[in-house]
Amino acid sequence: MAYLIQGETGDWEIVIGLEVHAQVISNAKLFSGAATTFGAEPNDQVSFVDAGFPGMLPVINETCVEQAVRTGLGLKAAINLKSVFARKNYFYADLPQGYQISQYELPVVGEGELLIDLADGSSRAIGIERLHLEQDAGKSIHDMHATKSFIDLNRSGVALMEIVSKPDMRSPEEAGAYLTKLRSILRYLGTCDGNMQEGSMRCDANVSVRPKGSTELRTRCEIKNVNSIRFVQQAIEYEARRHIEVYESGGTINQETRLFDSGRGETRSMRSKEHAHDYRYFPDPDLLPLVVSQDFVDAIKATLPELPDDKKARFMAEYGLNAYDAGVMVAERASADFFEAVAKGRDAKKAANWVMGDFFAAMNSGDYSWEKPPVSAANLGRMIDLIEDGTLSGRLAKDVFQFMVAEGKDPAVIVAEKGLKQVTDTGAIEKAIDEVIAANPDKVAEVQAGKDKLIGWFVGQVMKSTQGKANPGMLNELIVKKLKG
Amino acid sequence: MSNLTHLTIAQALKSMDKGEFTATELTQAHIEAMAARRSLNAYITETPELALGQAKAADDRRRAGTAGGLEGIPLGIKDLFCTKGVLTTAASHILDGFTPQYESTVSANLLKAGAVTLGKLNLDEFAMGSSNMTSHYGAVENPWKRTSDPAARLVPGGSSGGSAAAVSARIAMGATGTDTGGSIRQPAAFCGITGIKPTYGRCSRWGIVAFASSLDQAGPMARTVEDCALMLNAMAGHDPKDSTSAPMPVPDFAKALTGDIRGLKVGIPLEYRPDGLNAEVLKVWEQGIEWLRAAGATPVEISLPHTKYALPTYYIVAPAEASSNLARYDGVRFGLRVPGTSLDDMYKKTRAAGFGKEVRRRIMIGTYVLSAGYYDAYYAKAQKVRRMIAEDFRKAFETVDVILTPTAPSAAFGMGENMDDPVTMWLNDVFTIPTSLAGLPGLSLPAGLSSDGLPLGLQLIGRPFDEETVFKVAGVMESAAQFTAAPEGI
Amino acid sequence: MSLDKAAVRAIAELARIEVADDELDHLAGELTGILTFVEQLAEVDTNGVEPMSSVAAMTLPMRKDAVTDGGYAAAVLANAPDAKEGFFTVPKVVE
Ligand SMILES: [Mg+2]
Ligand SMILES: [Zn+2]
Repeated sequence: MAYLIQGETGDWEIVIGLEVHAQVISNAKLFSGAATTFGAEPNDQVSFVDAGFPGMLPVINETCVEQAVRTGLGLKAAINLKSVFARKNYFYADLPQGYQISQYELPVVGEGELLIDLADGSSRAIGIERLHLEQDAGKSIHDMHATKSFIDLNRSGVALMEIVSKPDMRSPEEAGAYLTKLRSILRYLGTCDGNMQEGSMRCDANVSVRPKGSTELRTRCEIKNVNSIRFVQQAIEYEARRHIEVYESGGTINQETRLFDSGRGETRSMRSKEHAHDYRYFPDPDLLPLVVSQDFVDAIKATLPELPDDKKARFMAEYGLNAYDAGVMVAERASADFFEAVAKGRDAKKAANWVMGDFFAAMNSGDYSWEKPPVSAANLGRMIDLIEDGTLSGRLAKDVFQFMVAEGKDPAVIVAEKGLKQVTDTGAIEKAIDEVIAANPDKVAEVQAGKDKLIGWFVGQVMKSTQGKANPGMLNELIVKKLKG
Repeated sequence: MSNLTHLTIAQALKSMDKGEFTATELTQAHIEAMAARRSLNAYITETPELALGQAKAADDRRRAGTAGGLEGIPLGIKDLFCTKGVLTTAASHILDGFTPQYESTVSANLLKAGAVTLGKLNLDEFAMGSSNMTSHYGAVENPWKRTSDPAARLVPGGSSGGSAAAVSARIAMGATGTDTGGSIRQPAAFCGITGIKPTYGRCSRWGIVAFASSLDQAGPMARTVEDCALMLNAMAGHDPKDSTSAPMPVPDFAKALTGDIRGLKVGIPLEYRPDGLNAEVLKVWEQGIEWLRAAGATPVEISLPHTKYALPTYYIVAPAEASSNLARYDGVRFGLRVPGTSLDDMYKKTRAAGFGKEVRRRIMIGTYVLSAGYYDAYYAKAQKVRRMIAEDFRKAFETVDVILTPTAPSAAFGMGENMDDPVTMWLNDVFTIPTSLAGLPGLSLPAGLSSDGLPLGLQLIGRPFDEETVFKVAGVMESAAQFTAAPEGI
Repeated sequence: MSLDKAAVRAIAELARIEVADDELDHLAGELTGILTFVEQLAEVDTNGVEPMSSVAAMTLPMRKDAVTDGGYAAAVLANAPDAKEGFFTVPKVVE
């Protein structure tokens, strides 16, 4: 169902295109040998190349090219075997060379496609326009001095992939789904860590509106550098409503760059970008055309992991998961791997319930990650096996799971140490029932007079006296037989 | 010991090997000569102490039997090469006080070969000029004088004017130059010395202040062809830090000087003989053709039809690249800063005060030809014509082995001449620019004197990476020319 | 192409070079002269000719992804006209 904004003059549709800057995972920078790690002392991870010193020259990092091609393949995009680096010329305090080395006419990756998953369970393809490699700028810090801005060039020269979508999205939800899926794919591929807080994934949103049913493309505004998916959605929503208000009051929208103020939840014009830009792109004469062979591309293709869409389809087919569960399980490669390790050779639905239930709850309750999960996949699997073979009841398993989180031990060990094995010995259960019956003659009389609701109370009492270890099925059966037999 | 400064590099190396004098003595002689000829303004920065330290180390290595190819030879370094711990200016106010923390690959290669560095040589600001009149550190004087007017001060040519004047005045045995459109060859011709711009990619550009990246190329300037070959042996080589550096082995250029050019075909391009070409220049050129014929080579008339478009092509391409290359001089990380009320105000004031007139002019032209709406008409067009010019050479080299032309359209001119109009000044490079656009090696050597007693140069152009043939032919011409003249009083 | 004062002012602005108003006329004349000179290229038929941005008959060499540089903040800052607390500084930028 189309997302429309109701204005005074009628319904409006939003047209959204996203430009994502994704920091390439690499040890060294795109054109210099300086390190890329986050959080170093100011200007420490800076070579003379990154600082734009006289006579310094760029030499490209092979891994960054590989990562761009890998990402292109993950986006089912055309790889351009020949691409060209161009200089984008402009002056800014944190742009030491006075130009950014980027790609303009011939990017390394051409058109592709990305499938977004929506809340109603449907999916939709969003076009990818291009992906190009470029260098990041440094960082300006404005709040360290009364009259000066401070410049740290640690980021200067770090490799970025600029991934440009086609203007195919029609709602904030779709934009959010696009970013979520893109982030997931990048992380699967290992080409970007997708961390928006640290700025390793940044989003510019191009937003315009048009009356419902129209196919025109109206003037768009670019909202720069929004640093969370939620903010991107808020910014789009705000910006679209602003456009509609302007149009409906007879005004016009000027193409401009805007900033999202997350505190106020609004966008505003960026004054510093006011005067007309003329980037004077031209091929960088310090760099020759980037040529990669089909063999190079094929070799990367051969190492591509199974990506979330394929994995989701497989999880649905192979493990019988529904679309929602499968989508949750494949969002991260690590979660999918974890699930598969648990589910392999077991009841997949049960595995999914345990992973998405108690396991996720435990994961969220403490300082855990996929690298350091609260319970290993092997142990969780063994625990499910103990349920299957009758050693544990579902109820006991929940206790065992908590001990596994606390102690990190094999479930079988915990069962043995804590004596948590389910009691399936008829005699033992009967004995426990008899004791409860003997102690409660009045309640027995009530049941026999037809008050069936009290049977549950008897079950609870017996469970209590057996410390929860009685097999629930057997217990139920025996109690009914004894009370009403 | 002052006659030590008159030796060639090859002679000095032999003598030092024989123990006739030390590198320290040779260096001391040059330091004294350098001080005596300070009025030429050839050096921006003299580094006598550094030089003596290097000379002492050179003497030690020679004694230890580990002498390099240029062990103990005192050289000057064009002040466009970044030198670790030594002020580097590009002859611009904007690099005020800039002391690099790194050494350019070419100067490092020379140091590795044992060279002694006397100091940093004057040049046109950012290597933009053909007269050395645009230096922030003042003009360089050509040591040569007109016989008719010995009082007139002449330009040494540019942009490597300090290098040419120093080598000519015997205050450096050789010098590094850089050539973007003729900046090694034209000053070499004006000062009566030899200089070669090697094939683009032969010498690393790493650590050389960039003017126009697709054209800039370092090369040696010295008093003989052999000295240039010895220097280039040390300077050249693949550098992984420069993406445009050619991964090619460096032959021993000095070995190419066999003296045997029999059977070689020498192209004589029609288009380098325009109406009104200076008669003395034409005469020297014809003389050169005769020398080669006499040595057994065959002159062949060739056509390079797009020659006349080289100059306008160059004056689009070079300023465009320069406008971008010089954007980094912004007062933030090194060099001059003129305070401003805002970031943009600081940029504009710094760049207005830091760049001289010619540099500002070229930045503005370059900015314009790249700007929206003009790119195709100017920059893209020039890049296409550039290919046609390179094609002309490629075709010519299907039939000839080397091309002979004049180096410059005239002998050295007086300071202040040719200054009214930038285009007139640019015409000085009309014979050297096509080679630069095509990336080919070009060597200039002194071939005779004008009637006014000034040196005139001839240019030899070779196939890409065939400096050997260029050196070989140059060696034969040098023997034939017997150019022994030196500036008066030197 | 004949450049007027406004065009020269716009170019100077793009190039971040301050030009005094009384220099504009002279500069406009000079730059127009240069443009007139280079415009003779218009007479060359370049149909079908690929622009040449480098004479090097090679493609881009690539380096291995290893940390081989940087880690010398003091050297990077050594020439700065106004470094403070390990940073370069510029007049405050208001966004
Ligand atoms: Mg963009
Ligand atoms: Zn970008």
